[in-house]
Amino acid sequence: MRFIAILFIFCISLSAPIIAFGIDSPDEMLANPQQEKRAENLGSQLRCLVCQNESIEDSSADLAKDLRKVVRQRIAAGDTDQQVMQWMVDHYGNFIRLNPPFTITTALLWFMPILALSIGLMVAFVTLRKRKNTVTAALSKEEQKRLNELMKD
Amino acid sequence: MQDITRRRLLWSLPFATAAVAGGGFLAMLSRLRKGNFDPREINTPILNKPIPSFTLADQPPSTGFNQQELQQQTKPVLINFFASWCIPCLTEMGVLQQLSSHIAIWGIAYKDKPDAVAGFLQRNSNPYRRIGQDPDGSVGIDWGLSGVPESFLIMPGGIIKWHYPKPLTATSTKTLLSFVQ
Amino acid sequence: MISKILSPEFGHFTLALACCLAGAQFIIPLMGSKVKNNRLMALASPLAWGQFFALALAFACLITAAITDDFSVQNILQNSAADKPLLYKITGVWGNHEGSILLWAFILAFFGAIVSAYSEHLPLSLRAKVIAIMGGSAAGFELFCLTTSNPFLRVWPAPLDGQGMNPLLQDPGLAFHPPILYMGYVGFSVPFAFAVAALLEGKVDAAWGRWVRPWTVLAWALLTCGIALGSWWSYYVLGWGGYWFWDPVENASLLPWLTGTALLHSALVVEKREALKVWTILLAIGTFSLSLSGTFLVRSGILNSVHAFASDPARGVFILLLLAVISGGALLLFAWRAPTLTQTGIFTFFSREGSIVLNNILLCTMAAVVLTGTLYPPFIQLINGQTLSVGKPFFDNALIPIALVLFLAMAIGPVIAFKKGNLKQTAKTLSVAALISIPCIIIAFIYLHQILPSLATGLCVWIILSACSDFIKHIALFKTSLGNTINRMAGLPRSFYATYIAHIGVAITVLGIVGMAASQQKIVEVPINTTIHLAGYDWTLTNITDRQGPNYIATEAVIKVSKDGQPITWMVPARHYFQRQQQVVTDVAIHTNFVSDLYAVLGDSKNSTQATPLFVLRLHYNPLAPWIWIGGLIMTIGGFITLTDRRFRVGSPAHRKKAKDI
Repeated sequence: MRFIAILFIFCISLSAPIIAFGIDSPDEMLANPQQEKRAENLGSQLRCLVCQNESIEDSSADLAKDLRKVVRQRIAAGDTDQQVMQWMVDHYGNFIRLNPPFTITTALLWFMPILALSIGLMVAFVTLRKRKNTVTAALSKEEQKRLNELMKD
Repeated sequence: MQDITRRRLLWSLPFATAAVAGGGFLAMLSRLRKGNFDPREINTPILNKPIPSFTLADQPPSTGFNQQELQQQTKPVLINFFASWCIPCLTEMGVLQQLSSHIAIWGIAYKDKPDAVAGFLQRNSNPYRRIGQDPDGSVGIDWGLSGVPESFLIMPGGIIKWHYPKPLTATSTKTLLSFVQ
Repeated sequence: MISKILSPEFGHFTLALACCLAGAQFIIPLMGSKVKNNRLMALASPLAWGQFFALALAFACLITAAITDDFSVQNILQNSAADKPLLYKITGVWGNHEGSILLWAFILAFFGAIVSAYSEHLPLSLRAKVIAIMGGSAAGFELFCLTTSNPFLRVWPAPLDGQGMNPLLQDPGLAFHPPILYMGYVGFSVPFAFAVAALLEGKVDAAWGRWVRPWTVLAWALLTCGIALGSWWSYYVLGWGGYWFWDPVENASLLPWLTGTALLHSALVVEKREALKVWTILLAIGTFSLSLSGTFLVRSGILNSVHAFASDPARGVFILLLLAVISGGALLLFAWRAPTLTQTGIFTFFSREGSIVLNNILLCTMAAVVLTGTLYPPFIQLINGQTLSVGKPFFDNALIPIALVLFLAMAIGPVIAFKKGNLKQTAKTLSVAALISIPCIIIAFIYLHQILPSLATGLCVWIILSACSDFIKHIALFKTSLGNTINRMAGLPRSFYATYIAHIGVAITVLGIVGMAASQQKIVEVPINTTIHLAGYDWTLTNITDRQGPNYIATEAVIKVSKDGQPITWMVPARHYFQRQQQVVTDVAIHTNFVSDLYAVLGDSKNSTQATPLFVLRLHYNPLAPWIWIGGLIMTIGGFITLTDRRFRVGSPAHRKKAKDI
């Protein structure tokens, strides 16, 4: 298949990077590529607080730049991903997380996919089953009537 | 219950859901108008927490300060982050001037140059008892800052009692002063 | 001379006239239908045309005011300037709140007129009701426009120059994206009108399905095109290569698209099998309600979004009222009347209807997730004051698994027979497709290292091959003579081709998205005459120049791109500085060969005035990215092809459905 060949040719570099659109200049990036990748990954989960709906990696705002710096500083200082995220939440609250935490308050949000799917399947199942019964019943009644009429002739 | 009535009740669920959502939207709109609903606010978890650790260099015409000095104050202090390039900070200056007679205000110059700040304070009269510089914004981030101006009320002992992430106005200063009394 | 006739006063007058006509269009035919007076019902069509002409004049007046720089009109004063290029003076008319509401109303009136033109074969009673409902919706919008968002308000004395328009909006994309998107939103008012009319009549049958389907397809095709254009516009304007941000306003356009796609498939089953009637009605009401809600959310100030117009709670209340009357009223009518509709049509689970039901459930689940995610932050903040964000990571995690199941259904569904599918027959048709798709998953995984995109790749290949397999089966390729095959190809109804094309379009878009996930980029700060190597290409910065544009100063970087010594192209990314707004807009350079994109951005270079000036360049290589929008275009084309199908032509005789399943 030709398109497989295309994928082959164009996916040569295997590092599959996260796309960091907001980074302004190369000196923002960490020297160690693994750490830089971790930083970009984390950054894409952190909201740029003064823009609407962008992550700090996507935004060119000053505050986003500062926060990117903090993320990289903390990673370079040895914090784990968990610790950096916790630091951000401690300072800015849950608003900074683009992926909301799983708590009682957000339970409905996290369960919605399964909930909606189950409700949809259930309703479809029940409606179709019910319809099969009523329609066959109606048909037999009609058929019975016609049969009676035919018999009369 | 009749079969058709039961089905009507079931099929009115979409309407019921829409009505609840509509009610929610109406509540949001009325609160937006009143001013106590802001979809853009961040609501940093800074209240009733101790002040972060920091040190600030001097910003003429006043001397800088650090966490210990702030903690050791015996009266409440208002910390105000500002900048000479920030237009709402300019409008806030008048309010701060009036406030300075009721409460000590210590300023932090955020991401600014010392000359620019000195000039700004000269042009607009200086309401601050102490002023520190935060040239790269790192102290701001420790305080959970997302822009300027922002004000924090610090009680003796170094606990943050009140946070106002917008320019101070007459109404908000009333709330502030109620904490101090 | 023209500007004297098409004055703002005249525009104001014709807008009010249109509102009155729309009100009459709503009341008179409905009354006529109730008392069974044919003359009253026949008034529906002329009223609809009258309303359209009045509104067309109003719109022309606003455009005239924009072109002639009439700064006494407040709307022009706030959004235009004398030195703005002519194209943007015209397109800027709908780049602000008031103008865009007038555009909404104009398109609504336009659809009212063309519905009355193309509905002469409908029974008079249904036709009158449909046109009346459209008039009612239009009246609501025009009233909204007149009272809270009037574009014809004047300012006196008139200033000499305007305040100018946001530089980001001064782009050809603005000419196309909003009108086409609004045509999609408004287009769904037609199936909505048909649904409400059917509820009022108390009857939904196969004929209704056949009448409503072309309007649904038209609206769907336009909405697909509008969304694709919007996404493409952000890609080439915003300068960071993103094309979808799960921004609340983008979600507001995706929601009617998801339910609209479900509606499209559902209406098909109503037409062919007279089944799924109640669901189709509910989807029709729901899709238009979502369009309206989208309009509400964007303009009310409730959502935290980069697209949101300047918020005004007063406007929000009016739109909420419109929503309550239009959607709330329709849903109440639905609750009352739907149980009385006769339900017919039985089918087993493994059948074409069954797979369409599954398809609809999955699409509506996705819509429910997007709706919940978008509305969760404001509702939680309302209830307990907590602030939350729901962004890209959440939506990706929640939707991708559901989408994968949907793709599986898309790969298998179109091949199953109606009413009762034959498992063996289906498996036989799809065996080759499935066999080829599985190695694709493995190959994709080798290069992407991620499970979900690899699965998606395999499924998309399967979708494409499944469409091809079905096509091959229908034309009996290699099974009969070439002449016979060609005959069959010619005889195959257009809707067949449309289905294949639209499904293939979806697969291509998803492949594009997967390809983008493998994009490579480099950010460098270099002096002139440096060569950067990325993705096998050599990018050489040859020069930096400054130039004066109509209302901006441009700094341009000239980059030569070559591969293995062969020159490929010149790319000129630039930065435009708009003096009036003191704003910089990046002009991205993109070179495409329709299979992948080369993307270059000139960054903010702080070291550009040193002795050896350094410039920041961001270079991207985006494989398969163009397919995202090419797929969207293909989907739209598929939609339009259906519209040319003979059965939908006005006046074509009603077919008795035969056993030949489509």
